[in-house]
Amino acid sequence: MKATAFEPDAQGYWGAYGGRFVAETLVAPLEELTAAYAALRRDRDFQKRLAELRKDYCSRPTPLYFAAGLTEHARGARIFLKREDLLHTGAHKINNALGQGLLAVKMGKRRIIAETGAGQHGVATATVCALLGLDCVVYMGAEDVRRQQPNVLRMRLLGADVRVVDSGSRTLKDAINEALRHWVAHARDTYYLLGSALGPHPYPLMVRDFQSVIGEETRRQFLAREKRLPDVLVACIGGGSNAIGMFHPFLGDEGVEMFGVEAGGKSKRRGEHATRFARGGGGKPGVLHGTHSWVLQDDAGQIALTHSISAGLDYPAIGPEHAFLRDKQRVRYASVNDADALRGFELLCKHEGIIPALESAHAIAYAVRLARKRPPEQAIVVNLSGRGDKDLTTVADTIGSKDSA
Amino acid sequence: MRQLEQAFASLEKTKHAGFIPFIVAGDPDLETTVELLRALSEAGATAIELGVPFSDPAADGPVIQRAGQRALSRGVTLSDIFAMLAESRSQSSAPLVLFGYYNPVLQFGLRKFADAARRCGVAGVLVTDLPAEAAEPLRALLHERDIDLIFLVAPTTSDARLRQIAGIASGFIYAVARTGVTGTHRELQDESETLVRRIRRVTDLPIAVGFGITDRARARAVVRYADAAVVGSRLVAEIETATAEPKWRRGAVVQRITECAGEFTNLKK
Repeated sequence: MKATAFEPDAQGYWGAYGGRFVAETLVAPLEELTAAYAALRRDRDFQKRLAELRKDYCSRPTPLYFAAGLTEHARGARIFLKREDLLHTGAHKINNALGQGLLAVKMGKRRIIAETGAGQHGVATATVCALLGLDCVVYMGAEDVRRQQPNVLRMRLLGADVRVVDSGSRTLKDAINEALRHWVAHARDTYYLLGSALGPHPYPLMVRDFQSVIGEETRRQFLAREKRLPDVLVACIGGGSNAIGMFHPFLGDEGVEMFGVEAGGKSKRRGEHATRFARGGGGKPGVLHGTHSWVLQDDAGQIALTHSISAGLDYPAIGPEHAFLRDKQRVRYASVNDADALRGFELLCKHEGIIPALESAHAIAYAVRLARKRPPEQAIVVNLSGRGDKDLTTVADTIGSKDSA
Repeated sequence: MRQLEQAFASLEKTKHAGFIPFIVAGDPDLETTVELLRALSEAGATAIELGVPFSDPAADGPVIQRAGQRALSRGVTLSDIFAMLAESRSQSSAPLVLFGYYNPVLQFGLRKFADAARRCGVAGVLVTDLPAEAAEPLRALLHERDIDLIFLVAPTTSDARLRQIAGIASGFIYAVARTGVTGTHRELQDESETLVRRIRRVTDLPIAVGFGITDRARARAVVRYADAAVVGSRLVAEIETATAEPKWRRGAVVQRITECAGEFTNLKK
């Protein structure tokens, strides 16, 4: 398929997926946003300012690193890491927050709201708001506030008003509900800075565009180094922004295989994982948070609870472009459970001296599994989407309980 | 003549303002819902909006969120609601509008949903997160069965969109009095009057105003320019209070809601 086959239509649909399923009050703000973003895509000054800040403020390009230690451990294909963990604020989320923050300024909005799961998007948004002089409110589920304390503190230091959400599963899904409720009431003066490749059109498209810098750099860096393209790309998937950012620039390269790694959680039972695409796991097409995509739900269409050791993957729906890529069989989707993600986490600490985010640890674990089955001539690039400082308490608690068991 | 058209036509004759109460199906349980529907109908409701509970009601405030949770904690599904309506429909005469979010309807199956609604005598359907652009498949199926798909319009809706919505709407137009979720207490701004005037320019359909109407004075203010007032969170909050004690009695809940409804009925145009 040609790369152009992966663009959504004017209404934001990739095939059957995407669109705009929102309360009428939000239709006008979304149309305004769509028009502003379309104009900005062609605006040279904006692109120039974005490029400067990416370079000097965020420290792009991030390195493409050959993980010799991990490769030796796996004894198969070579493993490379795209080091998004080295970005300012410690994860890929700043790519999108910066782009949308500049857009908000351009639209004359001085107030930003955002949702966050692991806290990385919240931190990135709070950072960009401090940089651009904007007011910032971040919604975060109570369960995520508990397990991602360092990020809560960071957001508050950066001047954000962190609002704890106590409804539903008290995680990312409920933070998005609260952000949408706030936006409905304040749409005229408030910019909703959504953090993943989901939600109503134009968010999935816009977030993907801002994150595509990951794949564009990877492609360039790999070509310069190896004089060819990588064989396999691997990325973890919650909503799917780091994965689509890595995958999108390679979609037209037929020889490049891609794997999205969902959170297998504790078990395959509904409520105990976040694998939207796994057979028998409770995932099927549906509508949540303004978009039509694959959603974990019960037979009556009520949204299922999810579980993952990583807050950033603990979400019942997946971005619509991923649903489309799955149907087209252009990207394959797999899962890694909590225990294996922790092993991935430990492997990267031990063999590379890098502490990954628990989200990215899912991708690491899967890449090692894959590398074992592939010959040394093949090269696998893993998107190391974030660093793991925020997860130390979770890991210590889990390892601690293992030690005492 | 369809049920809603008829209901608004008879208001016109008696020079009365319309009153459209909203309650959530299965809050506190489906048996009580049956009695509440009958009581609201007898109290003189022009139509009744019956909320279909959803796990993630992103357009609702805390009061209606909690009501949905109470219903869901009892496992109430759309199938249960249709079964309840099929059994009890003859007991209340006010036209019924099912009010909910898209995913439960989508999973039920659009055609199956339209058939069940028809079988249960449902007069209209309103899907909060299904804007006009995405509504055609459902609208067509309902239309074939003489059921109205009701659309919300908001102060943020442009005139061009108002015309587009008016072109496909039937039954009545639901004007959202102000931007925001349901049930938050704020003074109604002039937005709804301006909005109603804008809507009148593009359609002859009756107009109901909702969001934030909590007492008779506000209802009276709204029906000076609109055809009906929708009262939701106030009633749902009364149900919550009346069922707060573990030993609540169904009769007491029904009586309380009947009294509350009395505040909003018999308003003259």
